[in-house]
Amino acid sequence: MSIPKETLLHAYRTMRTIREFEERVNAEIMNGQIPGFTHLYTGQEANAVGVCAHLDESDTIISTHRGHGHCIAKGAEVSGMMKELFGSSEGLCKGKGGSMHVADIDKGILGANGIVAGGPPISVGSALAAKIRKNGKVAVSFSGDGSVNQGTCFEAMNMAVVLQAPAVFVIENNYYSEHTSINYAVGCDDLKARTEAFGFPVFVADGADFFAVYEAAGKAIAHARAGNGPAGVFAEQGRYHGHFVGDPQAYRAEGELEDLRENHCPLKNFRARMAESGELSEAELDGIDAEVMAEIEQSVTDAKAAARPTAEQVTEDVYIQYTATA
Amino acid sequence: MPEKTMRDAINEALHQAMEQDESVFVIGEDVAGCSGSSGDVGSVGGVFGVTEGIYHRWPDRCIDTPISESAIVGAAAGAALVGMRPVAEIMFADFIGVCMDQIVNQMAKFRYMFGGKSRCPAVIRFSSGGGFSAAGQHSQAMYQVMTSFPGLKVVVPSNAYDAKGLMLSAIQDDDPVLFFEPKILYQETADVPDEMYTIPFGQANFVREGDDVTVVAFGQMVPKAAAVIDTLAEEGISCDLIDPRTTSPLDENAILESVEATGRLVIVDEAPPRCGLTADIAGLAADKAFSSLKAPIKQVCAPHSPTPFSPELEAAYLPDADQITAAIKATLA
Repeated sequence: MSIPKETLLHAYRTMRTIREFEERVNAEIMNGQIPGFTHLYTGQEANAVGVCAHLDESDTIISTHRGHGHCIAKGAEVSGMMKELFGSSEGLCKGKGGSMHVADIDKGILGANGIVAGGPPISVGSALAAKIRKNGKVAVSFSGDGSVNQGTCFEAMNMAVVLQAPAVFVIENNYYSEHTSINYAVGCDDLKARTEAFGFPVFVADGADFFAVYEAAGKAIAHARAGNGPAGVFAEQGRYHGHFVGDPQAYRAEGELEDLRENHCPLKNFRARMAESGELSEAELDGIDAEVMAEIEQSVTDAKAAARPTAEQVTEDVYIQYTATA
Repeated sequence: MPEKTMRDAINEALHQAMEQDESVFVIGEDVAGCSGSSGDVGSVGGVFGVTEGIYHRWPDRCIDTPISESAIVGAAAGAALVGMRPVAEIMFADFIGVCMDQIVNQMAKFRYMFGGKSRCPAVIRFSSGGGFSAAGQHSQAMYQVMTSFPGLKVVVPSNAYDAKGLMLSAIQDDDPVLFFEPKILYQETADVPDEMYTIPFGQANFVREGDDVTVVAFGQMVPKAAAVIDTLAEEGISCDLIDPRTTSPLDENAILESVEATGRLVIVDEAPPRCGLTADIAGLAADKAFSSLKAPIKQVCAPHSPTPFSPELEAAYLPDADQITAAIKATLA
């Protein structure tokens, strides 16, 4: 499979942006600069980027509580996201949503979502709209290995098949739903088969390998876009951090995290592939790294200096126009 | 003006909205009916017949679903986020129990959590309330519960005329609207114009006007209260009867101005008392019109019990004319 150089450059830059964004967010939380509950995507970058590489702005995604990576991959502006996480009124959502609700409707980002499996039914709605309008758009929902056990996920998958809607269900298995292993929480041995039993094809990829995800997602999205109904992507890759920042991760085996970072890194894998193929030079990739580091640094500087919301803004944007007495 | 049932009035509103705007579609269980069977697809039109005929006009925009309330509400919410104007049917308001997350945590929150940059012009229709011996899982009002969630607009029509105008407003509204249709009123008739018209949200209707007592009633309690008030008028007691029509937004000013004029307040609703609309409006009046009150506020509502099945029990459960009469007279004692 030949991938255009522009796509490769963009993919690497986006994965690196997600990585540095998340690691910096982790540090700023530890510094007490970012409030609330935050779930980091570090390690899983290839999933978001490999999928979103096939989408344009008017295709939609809906994300999860671990949503920063999906939003960046779909084109959310990093500076606006950082301000949002800091709770600034200049944030992408004016400080009303925070980490778990980053959204940018104009870019087809229907939101990160604080409810596990809250997204798939909504994504089917976006897919249904595409079907009614016959506009060739697809709607992607990202779900974790925890969300696939929610009834809403089952309902959404069945309904997408019944309605033959162009919905793509991306299931990211990071092995733990919060603190509980997939070996315990998914009652069957074959999640791919269980998902396919709903009546759509599921394409499997190594979530540490951008190229594998890109290929699998390409097949799934092409299937849905062509009007063949829903499709799925199943990608396995562990997260490098806890369920939330501060999670003691008592569920990890000894050496597990070190192995993940050392031997299952989408960025290292990407660089190794480029070194082998010669498609991108080390200097090009180093240059991107430096630019991304500067961008993230600037985003934190800007977020710290950004305007804070005021009490009058509490009741803004509840409704489009709402003039009743308080 | 032609007389129409509330069912037909809502059906007409849906037809006219779909004719006018191709982004409007209906979705739900059996809204067409018979899909995938050897029967006549589209011949059901919803279990109460409210979506009758729509499939035959617009088969692509009348979508039968599996029994999946969360997916129905989610599909409506997602389609609305990308610019459609779905009207979803949840067969019974009680089924909010299986799709609460999609209503409360998803569609109600989008606009606010996304910093005011999204619109979710979805309407969710429910048949609501008691009177059918449908027992505990098919009789609840539910609108009083949903009124407590900011981000949702909540509509409760009490007659066919209002139902049509409120439905057309709901479909045009850019916020999510929950539309509760008191199912006991589906066959009740009123004069309903053939042409399209809207009734603004947050504007109460003065069903009766009087000087002695303010009566606020919701949904199926409005015609019951009106009948009581007409009887009392023969005894020389005159009442304002206020039908708020939307519980969110609530026309607080109409209620407060009336209470300030009469000094007496009776609130009537079919739902149980705790954290309900009668307590809510009693609290409003106690807070903002206390000095005008000449008598204790009276609440008429169901007891704190599930809705019973047996007709005798349900008759005892739902507020009736005697209770409304006694409450009004108590404020004058």
